[in-house]
Formats: sequence, C-alpha cells, structure tokens
Amino acid sequence: MIYPIVIEILQTLILLAAAPAFIGWIRMVKCWFQGRTSPGIFQPYRDIAKLFSKDVVLAENASWIFRFTPYLVFGATVLMAGIIPILSVDLPFSATADVIALVALFAIARFFTALAGMDIGTAFGGMGSSREMTIASLAEPAMLMAIFTVSLVSQSTSLSQMVQVVAHGQFILRPSLAFALLAFILITLAETGRVPVDNPATHLELTMIHEAMILEYSGRHLALIEWAGMMKLFIFAVLGIALFLPWGVAATGVLTGIPAAFLFLIVKLGFIGIVLVLIETGLAKMRIFRVPEFLGSAFLFATLGMLSYFMLE
Amino acid sequence: MNLAAQINSLLAALILLTAFGLLVQKRMYGLLHIFAWQGLFLSVSTAVVGYAAGTHHLYISSVLTLLLKVILLPYILHVLIQRLQIHKEIETVVNVPTTMLIGIALVIFSYHLTAPIRELSTLVTRSTLAVALATVMIGLLMMITRRHAVTQIIGFLAMENGLFFAATSATYGMPLVVELGVALDILIAAFIFGIFFFHIRTTFDSLDVKQMAKLKEED
Repeated sequence: MIYPIVIEILQTLILLAAAPAFIGWIRMVKCWFQGRTSPGIFQPYRDIAKLFSKDVVLAENASWIFRFTPYLVFGATVLMAGIIPILSVDLPFSATADVIALVALFAIARFFTALAGMDIGTAFGGMGSSREMTIASLAEPAMLMAIFTVSLVSQSTSLSQMVQVVAHGQFILRPSLAFALLAFILITLAETGRVPVDNPATHLELTMIHEAMILEYSGRHLALIEWAGMMKLFIFAVLGIALFLPWGVAATGVLTGIPAAFLFLIVKLGFIGIVLVLIETGLAKMRIFRVPEFLGSAFLFATLGMLSYFMLE
Repeated sequence: MNLAAQINSLLAALILLTAFGLLVQKRMYGLLHIFAWQGLFLSVSTAVVGYAAGTHHLYISSVLTLLLKVILLPYILHVLIQRLQIHKEIETVVNVPTTMLIGIALVIFSYHLTAPIRELSTLVTRSTLAVALATVMIGLLMMITRRHAVTQIIGFLAMENGLFFAATSATYGMPLVVELGVALDILIAAFIFGIFFFHIRTTFDSLDVKQMAKLKEED
C-alpha cells in the first residue's frame, strides 16, 4: 500500500526538479541551432533562485487575489503531477481525478492568472488577460476533443487506464490517434505560450500575451509563477508522452520498471525538446489575428480524429 | 482488422486530411502540392486495396493515378499558373473557420449516409466509403466557396479523386475500360480548362468568376 504513495511523491519531486532542467534543455538546444553560446542547462534554476532572494514589490491597490494567485497557480500545477502517469500507472490519485479534472486544473490556474492581470489595473495586465482568455476559449475545446479521442480508444477518461491500454495493449495502426497528436501539438504550442502563438523570451508590448499578465509580479511571486510556467510546459510534454508515446511507463505493481521508466522519460523529453526547438526556429510568430485560424485547425484535427475513430476503426 | 485494412484506413484519413487542406489553403502553389499529395495517397491506397483483394487490374489504375494525378495534372496546372501570371493569394468567399465547420458537418453527413451500405458490404474497404463521399462533398464545397477559376478546377479534380476512391472502396474499382476512359476524360478536361482560362482572362481581364456575373453594362 505504501508503494503507490512513494510513486506519487517521486513523480511530484520529478516535476518540481526536472521542469527547469527541461526548459534549460530547450533553451540550450535553441542556442545551438541559432549559433549562440548557451548559458547551460541549469540557468533556469539560477533564475528562480535569484528571484526567490529578491524582495516583493506590491502595487498599493493590489488586492488579495494578486497575492494569492502565485501560490494557487503553483499549487494547481504541482497537483497535476499526481494524476499523470509520468513513471508508473500505479497512481492512487488517478481514481479521484481524471483527464477532465486535469483540464479543469489548467483552467483554474489560468482564470486566476487572468484575474491577477486585471487586478492592478494597468493597461498591459488587462490586455494580456483578454488575449489569454481569447486563446484559451479556442484552445480548451480543441484540447478536450483531442483527449476525448484518446479516451474513445481506451474507453476511459482516467489517464492511468489510458496509458495502460495504449502501452500494454495490442498495437493497431490508428489514424484517430495521429490526428489527435497533431491537434495536441498545436494546442501545446498555444497553451504554453511557445513561438507561433506567443514568444516567452520577449517583453515586447504589442505581442506579449502571458508575459503581459504577470508583468507586475516580482520577487518570490514571480519566481513561483515562472516555475509554474516551466512546470506547465513539462506537464504538457509528459501528458503528450502519456497519451501518445506511453511505451516504457511502468505497469501496476512492478517496482523494477521504475528506473527503466525514468530513462525512457529522459530520452523522450530530450526528443520532445528538440522537436519543439525545430518548430520554434522554423516558424515566425504569427499575428494575433491569425491565432483563431491556428487553433481552428487544431480543433479540426481533433474532430477529424474523433470522426475517423468512428468511421475507420 | 488485418494490416492491409489498417493501412488503407490510415491512407483514407490522410486523403480526408488533404481534402481539408485543399479547402483552407490560400496559396495557389500550396494547393497544387496538396492536390499532388492527395493523388499520391490515392494511388498507394489503390495499390494496397489491389494487393489485399487480389484484383490485379487495380495496380494499373494505381500507376495511372500516379502518372496522371501526381505528375501530369499538377504539372499542367503549374504551367498554366505561370503562363497566366497568377501570383497573389486567393481570397475565400466564406471565412476559414466557418468553411472548416461546414466541412466537418459534411463528413458527419456522409458518415450517416453511407451507414446502411457499410452494414451490407463485406469488403475490407467498406469503412473508407464515408471518407470517399466526404472527399467528393468537400471538393464540391471548395468549388462553391472559391472564386478563382483555377481553384475551382482543383476542387473539381479533388471531387474526381473522391469518386475514384469511392469506386475503389465500394466495389474494388470499376472495370479497367471505364477507368481508362475517365482518366482520358480528365486529361482532356485539363487541356480544355487551360484553353478556357485564357479565354476567360482575355474577355474579363481576370480569372475571378465573380466578374462573369457582370454580363450587362451596369447602371
């Protein structure tokens, strides 16, 4: 009985510790691709440590929402590590929260970030919030649709069950999963604020979306939000692995599978990082008015995936 | 499902994807590339069905599709676009997200329409019939939503692709004589379209078919 709880704790620790390294890896590969010298894989840790050691500067009219949001966003993001099978499918939490709850956790974090963006009353915060919600309202249905397609294949919305079926079941060529994967990649780019939709590296007034919302944060608040942002990208990566490339995740009650699962995870994350960098260096940031088309095609792929499950399988 | 049927399903999904790609692509050369890809998937699918069903005349259809729809027709259209000096992007009549939604609705409609046939059929390809019908309808939708004459022709050719796919998936292909005739027709049609394009342009100074509504002098 103690064993699943150990796995839950292990997964949470991996999420907390490995998310900055994953970002560091992406930035490092990006530097190599663009012919720059990289600051190393551990730079995000240094950034977070630096922010934690700084004082918080609060606006005079900041309400409790503004102070509360970083902790809520951080907490909601850490909670997701208990649901997604990162190392093993043996998760006690997955019985209580399925993939719809996971999307809801994302929505709570986003809702409070948008509120905090508007709380101070600066122009940039409001603009960032409105843009974020516009994108979210288009990305969320597409994401649910893509996830439901995988649920249809595995006949369950519990992530553990989904991984179990795809990883340990018989391999069948499924066009529905290919479509869902395409949709999921597009949604990941939009939701985590990566290049064709948002640029996480700049604070340019006209184009920033996520950065505009958190512009007023400083010190440990900013550290928590940045860390949560890194964990969000990590979670999308492991969610993609769990839904579409789950081979290697340990099965129920197999303690010996954990080290192998860990190695598989590192290899897959390294690969995903390279793919992400290829996408980001190959594409330019699109105009914000093109984003609905981008997310519309994500919705199209997800719907085609669901339809092709019914039509072709 | 055996492996051939799985591969065929995957190709059917890709054909559907290219149909949607044609529907939303705005650039002329992009359209030609997607059309060529659709022809390629169609050709491979025909060969796979021919292998699975043991009907060897499908190999000939497959090669014919490859030559005609992947190489010759895109080449002819490419030359036409260059001769007619069309560079600018194409505008769509209905905006892209709406067109996509209509396309999805058409897919669901054709799925329901072919459901009884799927129940009766015993072929391995029966599940792809809905995709074939959807491809025909999306081609038709493309002809309706686009204004440009060249784009409408690509829509028409995509419809023909859908019909060909329907024939393969519903009955393992038409008799070879019929298929040869259709292929020849398509080829001749492409040449006639070319001549028409030049006539339309010399008469109206544009390939926008909206101009053709102005037959009378206005005001």
